[in-house]
Amino acid sequence: MNPAIEFLVAALILLGALFALLGSVGLARLPDFFTRLHGPTKATTLGVGAMSLASALYFTTTQPGLSLHEIAVMMFLFITAPVSAHLLAKAALHRGKDDADQ
Amino acid sequence: MMRRLLPRPALSISLFLLWAVLGNAASLASLLLGALLSVLLPFIVSPFWPDALHIQRPTLALRFAARIGWDILLANWAVARRVVGPVAALHPAFVDVPLDLRDPFAATVLGSVVSLTPGTVSIDVDRERWVLQVHALDAPDPQALVREIKQRYEAPIREIFAC
Repeated sequence: MNPAIEFLVAALILLGALFALLGSVGLARLPDFFTRLHGPTKATTLGVGAMSLASALYFTTTQPGLSLHEIAVMMFLFITAPVSAHLLAKAALHRGKDDADQ
Repeated sequence: MMRRLLPRPALSISLFLLWAVLGNAASLASLLLGALLSVLLPFIVSPFWPDALHIQRPTLALRFAARIGWDILLANWAVARRVVGPVAALHPAFVDVPLDLRDPFAATVLGSVVSLTPGTVSIDVDRERWVLQVHALDAPDPQALVREIKQRYEAPIREIFAC
């Protein structure tokens, strides 16, 4: 494998891992339900995005043919993540903000 | 004739691309099956979208998508700094964004974009008053956030769908 591509794949995996970690740190540190909701959106967008790109790049360069289904994974995540965040937030609103502070 | 065969050309094209991507465009046979499915499926699902919006400005839509990608990168960085910084210094706030668009699908697109860019999560769309309720992780100036969402995201979406 080309060293430049190897470097790029490693950098993307590290970047993805870093943002997945930061999302979890946010989940643990932030004070209430609504602020905690922001943590996982980061983990899905940049965290999983960078890791899927790394995977696509790695398998495209090491195996014959293109490996593109990672792009589909990314697309589905980008479509579903806002919906789940939206439903969580709505449910929390209906239960009342006092409950949500716990 | 073309209209009858492909009632939703954009849907057919995206289905075909998705099929090709999922199968890594492996063989001609799988691509043919994908083509067949992308012609048939729009007929089955068309009752779900009685009056779907159409993309009126495809090039603008592509540029908008690229800008969202860039914004996601920038905002991720900004939110990451806030998450590891002092939590007590944050100004979390519920912000009401009055909308100019009047279409449920366009509102869904806007809500998803707002949720995907870190730092803001869309919570509710009030379809009586057309207000998008957003929760911001750190919004010392809510009015600035409202202006940003309207200018940066709502205006291009209205242009793309012409609504």
